[in-house]
Amino acid sequence: MPTKIPMAAKNESLIEVDDRLIDLRNRPLAAFLAWLIPGAGHFYQRRHAKGTMYLVCILSLWIIGFSIGGFHVVYASRFPGDHRWHYYLQAGAGLVALPALIQTRHINKYTSLQSGVTSGDYEPLWWGFMSPPHRPVAEEKTDEVSAWYARHGAGYEMGTWYTMIAGLLNILVIYDAYAGPLGIPISGRKRPEDAAESVEKSKA
Amino acid sequence: MLSISPTYLLYYVPLLVAISLVYGATRHEDMRLVLRHAVYTAYWITAFMGVIFVVIWLMGLFV
Repeated sequence: MPTKIPMAAKNESLIEVDDRLIDLRNRPLAAFLAWLIPGAGHFYQRRHAKGTMYLVCILSLWIIGFSIGGFHVVYASRFPGDHRWHYYLQAGAGLVALPALIQTRHINKYTSLQSGVTSGDYEPLWWGFMSPPHRPVAEEKTDEVSAWYARHGAGYEMGTWYTMIAGLLNILVIYDAYAGPLGIPISGRKRPEDAAESVEKSKA
Repeated sequence: MLSISPTYLLYYVPLLVAISLVYGATRHEDMRLVLRHAVYTAYWITAFMGVIFVVIWLMGLFV
């Protein structure tokens, strides 16, 4: 029988959920760890089963997406014609998305701000892992992004979605590490006997 | 009926599993309740997608 007293009050690290007492410990630190590595915040809070579940689910989704997209679906770019807004969501998965920022910083050194063209002597770091495409990127012309699309087809689109959804799911995980399980059950109606039990517990 | 290969539907499976489990786990601490919630979420996502599929399919037939 699920008990629903999950929301942690401010400055309170002990909460009770499903008849279990949970110590959220240092909640901002747990949230940061949860962002850095999915599930790490839960390991820090000694919620090992959930930490393992989050780690496996989110990283699997990320790895599957990254591989079916030909290892090119995660990169950071704000250049005209190639504003990669997807990265904002992908970055929710934490450390696994950070090499893209280093690659962007690297390519920017070789790209002219005036012409927007990457110089010929540019070599991406780490064999191109999470590197942005050579500039310029324009929708109406053939470029490196269109080559990736052509090579991987639906896999490129799905890979982008997978990695974005992995990042979004990790935001839920970060919240769970910071404040415990969400209070209102979306699925599963609260049965009258559960509600009565909750009221009795809160009175006690 | 489908204009794409049915194997594309396999993309749905990892998404459904991961979303349902993570969503269930953000609602409960008890793993039995997490799994029960995940099954329930998976059922609703699939039903919702099924309804959208039927609506689009019917639109394709009549429009």
